[in-house]
Amino acid sequence: MADIRNNFIGIKSPNPFWLASAPPTDKAYNVIRAFRAGWGGVVWKTLGEEGPPVVNVNGPRYGAIWGADRRLLGLNNIELITDRDLQTNLREIKQVKKDWPDRAIVVSLMVPCVEESWKAILPVVEETEADGIELNFGCPHGMSERGMGAAVGQVPEYIEMVVRWCKANTRMPVITKLTPNITDIRKPARAAFAGGTDAVSLINTINSITGVNLDNFAPEPTIDGKGSHGGYCGPAVKPIAMNMVAEIARDQETRGLPISGIGGITTWRDAAEFMALGAGNVQVCTAAMTYGFKIVQEMIAGLENWMDEKGHASLDDIIGRAAPNVTDWQYLNLNYVAKAHIDQDACIKCGRCHIACEDTSHQAITSMVDGVRHFEVIEAECVGCNLCVNVCPVENCITMEPLAAGVVDQRTGKPVSPIYANWTTHPNNPMAKVAAE
Amino acid sequence: MPEGQFKEGIAGGRLSPQQYADNFSDLHPPLDHHEALVESDRCYFCYDAPCMNACPTSIDIPLFIRQISTGNPFGSAKTIFDQNILGGMCARVCPTETLCEEVCVREVAEGKPVQIGRLQRYATDVAMAENKQFYARAAPTGKTVAVVGAGPAGLAAAHRLARYGHDVTILEARPKAGGLNEYGIAAYKSIDNFAQAEVDYVTSIGGIDIQNGKALGRDYQLSDLTRNYDAVFLGMGLGGVNALRADGEETQGVANAVEFIAELRQAIDLASLPVGRRVVVIGGGMTAIDAAVQSKLLGAEEVTICYRRGQEHMNASEFEQDLAAANGVTIRHWLQPKRVVAEGGKVSAIELEYTAMKGEKLVGTGETLTLAADQVFKAIGQSFVPAALNGSGASITLEAGRIKVDAEGRTLLQNVWAGGDCIFGGDDLTVSAVAQGRDAAESIHRALTSNGRA
Repeated sequence: MADIRNNFIGIKSPNPFWLASAPPTDKAYNVIRAFRAGWGGVVWKTLGEEGPPVVNVNGPRYGAIWGADRRLLGLNNIELITDRDLQTNLREIKQVKKDWPDRAIVVSLMVPCVEESWKAILPVVEETEADGIELNFGCPHGMSERGMGAAVGQVPEYIEMVVRWCKANTRMPVITKLTPNITDIRKPARAAFAGGTDAVSLINTINSITGVNLDNFAPEPTIDGKGSHGGYCGPAVKPIAMNMVAEIARDQETRGLPISGIGGITTWRDAAEFMALGAGNVQVCTAAMTYGFKIVQEMIAGLENWMDEKGHASLDDIIGRAAPNVTDWQYLNLNYVAKAHIDQDACIKCGRCHIACEDTSHQAITSMVDGVRHFEVIEAECVGCNLCVNVCPVENCITMEPLAAGVVDQRTGKPVSPIYANWTTHPNNPMAKVAAE
Repeated sequence: MPEGQFKEGIAGGRLSPQQYADNFSDLHPPLDHHEALVESDRCYFCYDAPCMNACPTSIDIPLFIRQISTGNPFGSAKTIFDQNILGGMCARVCPTETLCEEVCVREVAEGKPVQIGRLQRYATDVAMAENKQFYARAAPTGKTVAVVGAGPAGLAAAHRLARYGHDVTILEARPKAGGLNEYGIAAYKSIDNFAQAEVDYVTSIGGIDIQNGKALGRDYQLSDLTRNYDAVFLGMGLGGVNALRADGEETQGVANAVEFIAELRQAIDLASLPVGRRVVVIGGGMTAIDAAVQSKLLGAEEVTICYRRGQEHMNASEFEQDLAAANGVTIRHWLQPKRVVAEGGKVSAIELEYTAMKGEKLVGTGETLTLAADQVFKAIGQSFVPAALNGSGASITLEAGRIKVDAEGRTLLQNVWAGGDCIFGGDDLTVSAVAQGRDAAESIHRALTSNGRA
């Protein structure tokens, strides 16, 4: 049986599934329910500094996009950090940690960008005996207008500065949560690394408008006729999040920096993919908010079954395994040639491959052969783009078949070379390195 | 089981009022908004879609389904009506399982086609509920067209002609318009007086004058029409019913299935409609199924369809056969009627002879079977009654007993077109009649104008 116990920067949990800092982790009541359901840890919803509590809007806080059967694909929120009293939160954190010593409790923090504020909050959090802190540099709405959250996360110098203050003022491990609302995720990660962070977590939510009401022309979610860009999350953001995780995982400058993966994780498979790209564990929010805490049971069983099936004994066997395969375009093998192949027995003759290729690509799929409706790849035209595979409604009906070395590519008329060759040495590249040099 | 089922002979009031209401409710309840969205999402928006090619009216099915999925039901309805102005009725009565849905790629893939018929009904219902009209008449051309028969073919022709600005007069023998939509469809396929609502919707374009109670050959002659109108469209359907050719056919209790179905559709109180305790229906098509199922739903205890060939030869679709079976109708094959047995002047049984194929020929084996019956329905096909055309000379040529037309619906008589069940080469489907009426109207328009230009 695979061992899925997790040790993330010294914080131990029975499994790698944590709930992210968000509404599900705002109170002891919710967190206890989560632990009962089996979650390995939580990042407690972000605490702010002592003083009058934060105020939320009293209209909709969430917007969403759906598939046809109202399957929630993406969620957006404009909720702020906890609006509960700091002392209440601290008291509850302490009690829950005491009652659930085997679960991870990390406390998310967001205070003004002055050292005194951090110096004030760190000791009181330490007092709860929580396992660590997560710096919320990601929240894209509301708090960022007050110089916190994403306003810090978008300026690498601020990140480094605040991380340094925290490392200097607490013994607790520090996780720096990054905003995706930047152009190059490696910059804030490098800054956090330079400041001495123990780990980064990403992604926080993405600036977004989920819809526009076409009756009153207001963005959604709408509060009294107006809307504000909220933070987008859920299954729709997973590909963006995975790329950002991979970019950090393969960055030489932050090599070895632990990552807690976040962004649309809904199933065990999503979690395994994030971990394969370099995440040491994962954090979940939208899936729990959609289906409730029970989903963790599927995640645990699914991860274990897959690991058993593949012979992975522990999480260390899978973490980062895919990261070395993420590379720059220029290093992709240009001598690799694949052609689409349509399994005629599986084909249901919807013709989507044909029309996609005919209208928008390379005119490489027939629609009619000898007067009969028939979809077949014209190898001499096929560039192997994979569009037909992606639009085909039947799984495994169209597959990309690599041509073996020596076989003539009918499109180019040349035999496939067995030798790896990429753009850096390609004759068409004016910048090509001359092999002899 | 209600006591009424055991009343001997042919009797009404076999069921409670609630049972009648339940039995004759919508066969396929309409999809609600969310169901329509979910179902429309199943459509793959196929290239050169097989469903569209299978539709006799060539409705752009992938497009209308996509319009439902994008929250544009009016656009969807217009896509349907552009090709088939009776799209509402066709959504209810088309044997989709042998047309669009049979070739749906999801039928191929998983045996569960997109429910095209029910989606079409959703879109057309939304538009008709709001009386959304998509077509305006062109400027009047001053041309007049007579349409014989207000059935699907005639209505489709009339609407298209009215759109082009021609003045249309429909002459209908029956008291109501709609043809088989009004008189010939099982009640549970067209509830809430839908056929009349559709006639109103179609004719509200204007320029269509329906005159009821006017039968060709009785009240006027074809020559009157050719003399008084610029063009004539014949869509009078089939007036005759094929005979059993069995002894005792005239016995009381033997009736035509089509008349029974029509009576049922027109009945204000179903309890007043008498039906036998034991009913035998002779035939293997849709009419046989409709008569048998409705007999059962009216409270007949025992209903048997007897068909002279095998299950695979039946004209009724598999879906219809299953519907009959699900309603408790027994379907027996390889039996042909031989003799109606009477007792006291009324039907008491029917004697049938087993049949078999002898080479290419169907023959009786000599062995017989007698089924107790107090009502026998004939549903072995209808025929065109050419007598109505008397006086039109030799120019209306028939082929296999029906009117011969060319690809555009032109008869051999100048300025006379025809479509629907009365022409040769049709398939006796509502949707085909609509296509023929529409296409004949296009041909008439070309003839009345200079190739489409006024």
